[in-house]
Amino acid sequence: MNEVLPAHSIGEYVPMVDGPEKVSGRAKYTADFIAPGMLAARIYRSPYSHGDIVNVDISEALKLPGVKTIVTGADCDHGFGVLPIARDERPLARDRVRYRGEPVAAVAAVDDATAREAIRLIKLRVRELPAYYSSQAALASDAIALHEKKKGNIERDVLFELGSVEDGFAEADLVREETYHCPEVCQNQMETHAALAEWDPVRGRMTVHASTQVPYYVHLMLSQILDLEMSRIRVIKPYVGGGFGCRTETLNVELIAALLARKCSGTVRLVVNREETFITHRGRPETDIRLKIGMKKDGRITAVECECHQRGGAHSGYGVVTILYAGSMLYAIYDLHNVKYLGKRVLTNTPPCGAFRGHGTVDVRFAFESLLDLLAAELEIDPFSVRRVNALSAPTFTDNDLMVNSYGLPECLDWVEQKSGWRARRGKLPRGKGLGMACSHYISGASKPVNWTGEPHATVKIKVDFDGSVVVLSGAAEIGQGSSTILVQSVAEVLGLDISRIRIVTGDSDVVPKDNGSYSSRVTFMVGNAAIDAAQNLKRLLINAAARKLDAKAEDIECLGELYRAGAQDKGATFDEVVVEALKDVGTITVTGNYSTIPESHGGKKYRGAAIGGTMGYSYSAQVVEVSVDEETGIVTIDKVWVAHDCGRALNRLTVEGQVQGSVWMGMGQAMSEETGYHDGLLVTGNMLDYRVPTIRDSPPIEVGIIESNDPHGPFGAKEAGEGSLAAFLPALTNAVADAIGVRFNNLPVTPDRVYEAIAKRRRAQARSDGSKTSANGRG
Amino acid sequence: MVRLLDLVLNGRKRIDAAPDNLLLLDYLREVAGLTGTKTGCDGGECGACTVLVDDKPTLSCLTLAVSIRGCRIDTVESLGENGGLSAVQRGFHEKLGSQCGYCTPGFVMASVGLLRRNPSPSEAEIIEALGSNICRCTGYVKIIEAVRHAAQLNVAGIAP
Repeated sequence: MNEVLPAHSIGEYVPMVDGPEKVSGRAKYTADFIAPGMLAARIYRSPYSHGDIVNVDISEALKLPGVKTIVTGADCDHGFGVLPIARDERPLARDRVRYRGEPVAAVAAVDDATAREAIRLIKLRVRELPAYYSSQAALASDAIALHEKKKGNIERDVLFELGSVEDGFAEADLVREETYHCPEVCQNQMETHAALAEWDPVRGRMTVHASTQVPYYVHLMLSQILDLEMSRIRVIKPYVGGGFGCRTETLNVELIAALLARKCSGTVRLVVNREETFITHRGRPETDIRLKIGMKKDGRITAVECECHQRGGAHSGYGVVTILYAGSMLYAIYDLHNVKYLGKRVLTNTPPCGAFRGHGTVDVRFAFESLLDLLAAELEIDPFSVRRVNALSAPTFTDNDLMVNSYGLPECLDWVEQKSGWRARRGKLPRGKGLGMACSHYISGASKPVNWTGEPHATVKIKVDFDGSVVVLSGAAEIGQGSSTILVQSVAEVLGLDISRIRIVTGDSDVVPKDNGSYSSRVTFMVGNAAIDAAQNLKRLLINAAARKLDAKAEDIECLGELYRAGAQDKGATFDEVVVEALKDVGTITVTGNYSTIPESHGGKKYRGAAIGGTMGYSYSAQVVEVSVDEETGIVTIDKVWVAHDCGRALNRLTVEGQVQGSVWMGMGQAMSEETGYHDGLLVTGNMLDYRVPTIRDSPPIEVGIIESNDPHGPFGAKEAGEGSLAAFLPALTNAVADAIGVRFNNLPVTPDRVYEAIAKRRRAQARSDGSKTSANGRG
Repeated sequence: MVRLLDLVLNGRKRIDAAPDNLLLLDYLREVAGLTGTKTGCDGGECGACTVLVDDKPTLSCLTLAVSIRGCRIDTVESLGENGGLSAVQRGFHEKLGSQCGYCTPGFVMASVGLLRRNPSPSEAEIIEALGSNICRCTGYVKIIEAVRHAAQLNVAGIAP
């Protein structure tokens, strides 16, 4: 007899549920919706970095045949922004322009050529103001404020000291202080920003398709910008071609499309090009760090002082949160006491920064792990030992009240140490080759939502109908990270069904429950737990129905997925039969599952903003990078990366590997080649040749070790897998280069010209000292 | 000036009127409605728009539509038999060579072009063939595995 067993997919290698659409070209992204009669839109952008607007002359453009409407700052009376405390940005500049490329006006026309021509006819007159392109310039005492309310161009000043750094440094055997510089980098996701807005003048309703990670935030901001009740708005998030954080806030693109559509009572598609996508920005800020660490001879850290300045760009965006993460996430990876943090988020005349993958944590982690390596070398301690001696012991709360329940870092260290052959090979490689290591961590979703409403943190619905179909309804934004696959797997696992039986619908505010969005690696943890809750509620209903049908007690019913039975001898009822029974009297079933974080995870109150960094579970990562440095050309080749990531439990080993490889590689881009550049505020790297993203030729093999620490609160024990491994690559790389050629790079990226220059400088210094030795000998 | 553009698009003969300055990319997406081919950059930087022109991987964003009159054009929509997935499509799906999926049609077509001319490529040949396509999600590790897997399926009789 064939035994019926519940199906399992959790922990397996499962291809994505929406993969067939993506590989066949059937997946529709925002720009792929070609509506009949739709208008083409273009944006007129400021050619000035900073100036008070005197006049926006659209009269000539309006006369151009084929132009349907033009909107300017005068068409919108409200600001927008992701943080309720900082909504200082306008979809179209009003009164003042603050960076080159800021939208000033937008045209909707019958075709793209007409819209472009109209843009050429728009004239902007401004009274120019001094512009500031660096944190230092904007902080100068005589600098004028970009925003009236932000005196001294400081978006946010953070200062905390927990313990006493003075005592800590006094206790240390070795204290070292270094400065680090990380240039601005950009997500540069493959899909450029796009929106399709349809205004229904008969019903007074707005429908917007947007390439976003946060459809709910877009919904909120559309309501604010359009002065329109939320019930009259529908937001659709189709397939999205990556985000990496630049779409975790509403962008001007979708707001401008909506303003145009309403003004001309039509349908408007706005697809911005690659250069404009760079200018829309929301990348990682240029960051200057001064870091001081004190250490005992055995490697124990006695004190940390970190000063961090971020060049935030012209508007707030996520800025306050970013500068807070940079400080709070010093913690929760090592056992630290006596920590002082001084953070400054600065407003400058450059495009606004945002929440790039690893939000706020990456540059500080680069500095921290670099300095640990330097201290370890001076104290002649192995880099692995330094991490081990400072390990946390979970469960614990950090000095800044972050809750750490599961901590797989020691196992991550063991895995990469062993797989890379560290002990046998480190220090024994031929000249020009080196091994470096570093660690990093990240949150599994911010425990406190940005917009506090009193609702659960996540809600999932499951619909079951007459045909035996199980449909998961979720607002979680699938952006390529695999969230839909994880939710399908989670529901299937609880019900014991094969994943092919489960369908998922996401991304349409008319149909799916609200979700806060795909950011801070929250979806697997928060929405995954809500999906499990929903599936358990459904299973209870089905078991009761099976009990009725089989004339048994509910507690005697055994659920085998496709079969429900009362004891091993019972023939039982099939899933479809149980569903038919369950629908009797009540009709179509819809169950709800919720998830809320626990208060202990909300961070503390020891300083203003101490909630930032609080999460239900931290992921951990350790990496070893092997490099070859060509001392004649300065070219650094990454030969191999070993990375171990503690994701609590791998719900899907295939997508965990993909996420970890992707984040390591993105860290590699930042470490090796990526950097935005401006000339008098004009972006000069607005394409994929000057903004150098690694190609397949530049990219190393990345071997992934999955460490499972089984978080007590995680869905099936899981934590995040998509961000935590990015940061460790940067310092692991520079530590490897230091091992290879004895030069430490505190400034990123490590480009061939910088490496060559450093080698040449060292040679010159060596030649001088050899020369002076020779002459000294001569005298002797 | 507008000319008649006759070509074989995904196995079907087709004639359209095309202005001289119409890009093949815009012809495919806006005229023929084949939106599987993607725009990822402002010209020639990313490979997302790669299609096959007489079996040769070609950037449709740098090709004028009128320049390919009489040619055979294959886009991602042409792949697979009876609605099933082709070897390359299966490779990218099963080995997670595709995450957000936006660069995928370009990678798939560049890989199909490779396997049509070289059914058993080495890793170096795979890297060579995909050197002008950018992916921002995968780090390329699983893309290489996807093409290897596709080559095996192809050798076993499934068209690329």
